Amino acid sequence: MGHLEIRNLHCSYGADDILKSVDLSVDRGEVVSLIGPSGSGKSTLLRSLIGLTPPRMGTVELDGEEINYRNRQSLRHLRDKMAIVFQQYNLFQNMNVFRNVTVAPLKIKKRDKGAVEKTATELLDRVGIGDKHQAYPDELSGGQQQRVAIARALALAPEILLLDEVTSALDPERVNEVLDVIRDLTRDGITMLIVSHEMSFVKEVSTRVAMMDAGSVVEVGPPEQIFDAPKEQRTRDFVGKILRH
Amino acid sequence: MEYDFQFAKVFTELPYLLGGAWLTIQIAFIAFWGGAFLGIFGAIGKVYGGAIARGAIGAYVVFFTNTPALVQIFFLFYALPEAGIVLNPLTAVLIGMVLNSAAYLTDILRAGIISVRKAEIEAALTIGMRPLQVLSYVMLPHVAKTLFAPLSNFFVWLMLGSSIAALFAVEELTGRAINISTSNLRTIETFVVTASIYILLTIIASLFLSFIGRTVFRVKAKVM
Amino acid sequence: MFERIIEEAPRFFTYYNLMFVLGAMWRTLLMTLVGCSIGFTVGLGLAVLRRTSAAWLRPARYAAILYVETFRRIPFLVVLFIVLYFIQPIYSGASLLAIATVAVCLMSTAFLSEIIRAGLESVPRQQMESAEVLNFHPGQTLAWVILPQAWKVILPPAVAFVVMFVKDTSLASQLGVVELTYAGKILVNKGFSPLLGFGAILAAYFILSYPLSRLGAHLETRLGTSRNT
Ligand SMILES: Nc1ncnc2c1ncn2[C@@H]1O[C@H](COP(=O)(O)OP(=O)(O)OP(=O)(O)O)[C@@H](O)[C@H]1O
Ligand SMILES: [Mg+2]
Repeated sequence: MGHLEIRNLHCSYGADDILKSVDLSVDRGEVVSLIGPSGSGKSTLLRSLIGLTPPRMGTVELDGEEINYRNRQSLRHLRDKMAIVFQQYNLFQNMNVFRNVTVAPLKIKKRDKGAVEKTATELLDRVGIGDKHQAYPDELSGGQQQRVAIARALALAPEILLLDEVTSALDPERVNEVLDVIRDLTRDGITMLIVSHEMSFVKEVSTRVAMMDAGSVVEVGPPEQIFDAPKEQRTRDFVGKILRH
Repeated sequence: MEYDFQFAKVFTELPYLLGGAWLTIQIAFIAFWGGAFLGIFGAIGKVYGGAIARGAIGAYVVFFTNTPALVQIFFLFYALPEAGIVLNPLTAVLIGMVLNSAAYLTDILRAGIISVRKAEIEAALTIGMRPLQVLSYVMLPHVAKTLFAPLSNFFVWLMLGSSIAALFAVEELTGRAINISTSNLRTIETFVVTASIYILLTIIASLFLSFIGRTVFRVKAKVM
Repeated sequence: MFERIIEEAPRFFTYYNLMFVLGAMWRTLLMTLVGCSIGFTVGLGLAVLRRTSAAWLRPARYAAILYVETFRRIPFLVVLFIVLYFIQPIYSGASLLAIATVAVCLMSTAFLSEIIRAGLESVPRQQMESAEVLNFHPGQTLAWVILPQAWKVILPPAVAFVVMFVKDTSLASQLGVVELTYAGKILVNKGFSPLLGFGAILAAYFILSYPLSRLGAHLETRLGTSRNT
């Protein structure tokens, strides 16, 4: 039994079916990357997993327990264990860095202040923002903001981290500082689902890669398979196009 | 307390009210175009004028935008006779509304002039265009983009604002509503119907103006 | 005509008249501020309501839209009459000042609700989603994330609206509320020159409105360039 079991997941915006039967099983501690053409539904999959665009059909199991996306309690429970970082505008613009990281554990989880602040300080040190606790998001570079966003996502000690193109809004020279932080996290054994267009990075950190096209996962396998010996024609086309660039 | 609504008594007066609505539109039109005429000079003076002109125009705008149109018209209507100038009510209202809207339009049109300045710079950079092309492809889009929505909203606002004419016994929509209600004593019904006519009138104006904006000026303006 | 002014001036500029005008000024301010404060609160409620998505709130959302779109399209004078003739038969003890204030509330709710809605919409959607996935309640998201970012967009046009309403309350003179405009009429009816009477009233409005409009302009430039907008 996997850490996260996705079966026959369907999702739609209005009348448009975006996800058409997604199946994916992720084991504890795995780093699974989602690749695929623009509009194939990668973001939608992550958003529906965390309940921002609730699935229309299908099941998601976390540790063997099915999540009911229409139930507040179930959703809260899910979000205690799962965190997401978006491409942009992650940080609360009205709060400084330290507040961004501590607000949820303090105000929502009502955890002990001393412990929360200690954890936050450690996390911010780890992502290399130790010297900017008082800065506001718009005083930071995009790369720094994303690293704070990752620290904030980790502040509640999630078991699963979803990352949706967290580097694609960044200047090229800022990409690596964020990738370094993610690379570092993969050693912690936290389960990760990563959407990324940085193919060499995907190759390096993923235990498995899932190829998505037109709303479903068409091929899953270790990076060597997907990039060097894809079984599906669509994967071959996509990988061929990407690697040629 | 039970209140027995009798709208029928108002509906028989509908043609009379709609006649008033026509005057409302006319007043708004005169206030708008009269104000725009003065406002263009005001705006040009405010941008290109010398220190004295700028100061005088600024004072005019600040005075008229910080005092109520109603009191301005009272002043015209009651104080000017002291100086031997007697105005009839409609004239006083029209002059007051034109002077008032000139102040607001000076501010609005100033933004347009500033945008033309930017457009001129762009036009200078756009080599190989004939003057007419520069006008229609560079200048007009700039001006339309900055001015169309605020001007349209201001016109709709004037349609509603022209109701103060009723207080000087001008028989526009609100004035006629007052007339009816004093004779049929169905005040609430009369004013509810009147309000509905205003709603309809402004919706039609908004739709019409955004249509003009889209088709003639190629701007997607959301009018009130 | 100037002879008349010079002749009347000593009789006009008296302590009694000053207090009379100040009292009227106070009522103008009271109507505007009380009406707009209530309008702001209710308008905030309507703006928030319009952002909800629950199916059972749909009728309420439509009602809110209908309300806002309706009251922005009726002249204040007409609203004043409707409120007057609605309230008087039901509650004959209502003071004219209270009735006019109710009319200000009705109007300002509609306009301020639109201003607030635009402000709330200026906050990127991801801010709400970030809060939601951290298990914030909708109320917490509103209070801790959205409003602190939106108020900078809301405040300048809201102040401009209040400034506008200081002037619009002059129409309440028509009901007989002794606010500034009515005070001007009384002064003129007492025999003072309209030049003096209405001139003083224009000055009084200016004293109320100008500092507020400066404040609005100041906020607009200050908040427009400040960080974390
Ligand atoms: N809010 C929305 N409303 C309607 N359709 C949407 C919405 N968001 C996304 N879509 C549609 O859903 C489809 C999948 O979008 P999604 O963002 O999941 O793709 P993606 O794989 O993440 O692409 P990209 O690599 O460009 O980020 C697209 O066709 C998109 O147009
Ligand atoms: Mg995406």
